[in-house]
Amino acid sequence: MTRPILALLLIALSAMLAFAAASASRWQRVPAKDHARTNPLAGQPEAIAAGALVYRDHCQQCHRANALGDGRKRPPLRSEGIRSATDGDLEWFLRQGDLHHGMPSWSSLPQAQRWQLVAFLRSIQ
Amino acid sequence: MLLTPRAGFIWRNLWLAAWLALLITPVGNAQDKPYFVTYSHDLEEPGNLEIETKTALGQPNGGNRFGAMAMELEYGTRAWWTTELYLDGQATGSDSTVFTGWRLENRIRPLMRDHAVNPVLYIEYENTSGADKTILEVTGHDGQAGLAPPNATLRRDHQHEAELKLILSSNVKDWNISENFISEKDLGHAPWEFGYAVGVTRPLRSAASSWECTFCAEKFIAGAEAYGGLGDTFALTLRDTSHYVAPLIGWQLPKGVRFSFSPGFGLTSTSLTRVYRVGLAFEFEQIGKWFHSSNGGAL
Repeated sequence: MTRPILALLLIALSAMLAFAAASASRWQRVPAKDHARTNPLAGQPEAIAAGALVYRDHCQQCHRANALGDGRKRPPLRSEGIRSATDGDLEWFLRQGDLHHGMPSWSSLPQAQRWQLVAFLRSIQ
Repeated sequence: MLLTPRAGFIWRNLWLAAWLALLITPVGNAQDKPYFVTYSHDLEEPGNLEIETKTALGQPNGGNRFGAMAMELEYGTRAWWTTELYLDGQATGSDSTVFTGWRLENRIRPLMRDHAVNPVLYIEYENTSGADKTILEVTGHDGQAGLAPPNATLRRDHQHEAELKLILSSNVKDWNISENFISEKDLGHAPWEFGYAVGVTRPLRSAASSWECTFCAEKFIAGAEAYGGLGDTFALTLRDTSHYVAPLIGWQLPKGVRFSFSPGFGLTSTSLTRVYRVGLAFEFEQIGKWFHSSNGGAL
């Protein structure tokens, strides 16, 4: 009798942990070293302008010109999620992508361009 | 097969269709590396379609000059899965123009994160004739002798082949370093054949300019690739096969057009002395949304 109850408890506990993990901010997955990195181009007008062009070339097709996404599965980039991330979080996410959910990895872009993109994303919040 | 007037009409008008599509479809920036033989771990963005032509120009000893074109339709099925269709043809001087077959390939990234070395699995089925001269890879004991006979003789040989590649690729600072291990098997009774391709590229400048430009250094990617055969299951060897080394240059033009060029130099007596390659690519954005709802993540 105790075994089925234990099994049920384990299943319930697993489900709760899975739910908690899914609810946690995606930035909690960022390694501490990356999380702590700062954008060497932060706030530079030239970097923001260049980031806008990088955004137009690579991101706009999904996230739209106004960065508000499509209101369904392509998320807005003017959001609390972006505002709560550090520059390092955003650069890490651009590098890694989220292949399961359709976001490509942009590790093929030079790192300077990823930082320019982060500078641009900050400027539109 | 030799092109009938009707097939020739269709083949020529594929280009017209591509240009018309270019006029009516939003285009993005194809930002692939300018490799012709080597693959990196870059996949097509999901929902995008890239149309690229890869042309090889060469002349085997004792044979006529040829120009062989592979038209590649590359579609991003998922962020981790790209599928491609190739249509191959060639024209040989003082001979004929022939359609030489098709290939269907899939590239899959098994690991969802970016690592120091990123593996990609490549699976391809080829249905080509012996007259195919696109040299999209070198395997087994491939050599220029196989490119010299007349098309009428070459196309009697028909190949149904499966090809597997292990693609390993790294982005180190702004460099891309890629290594491909190729194994190919004629689905008849023939041994496995092996080959390799390695490449390295880097943009001429890392940071993007803050103004629109066509000739800025960051629009150019330079590099080199080397590729060749490794024999077959009976004789795993670097001998009696072709090896090439080829500098590369890629130029990202406005409107999603990418141009690439590579002069290749044969390193062995069985290789072509020189093979020139020219590539032209267009990327069409989000073709996939015409067929299904969008996919994406949440931030």
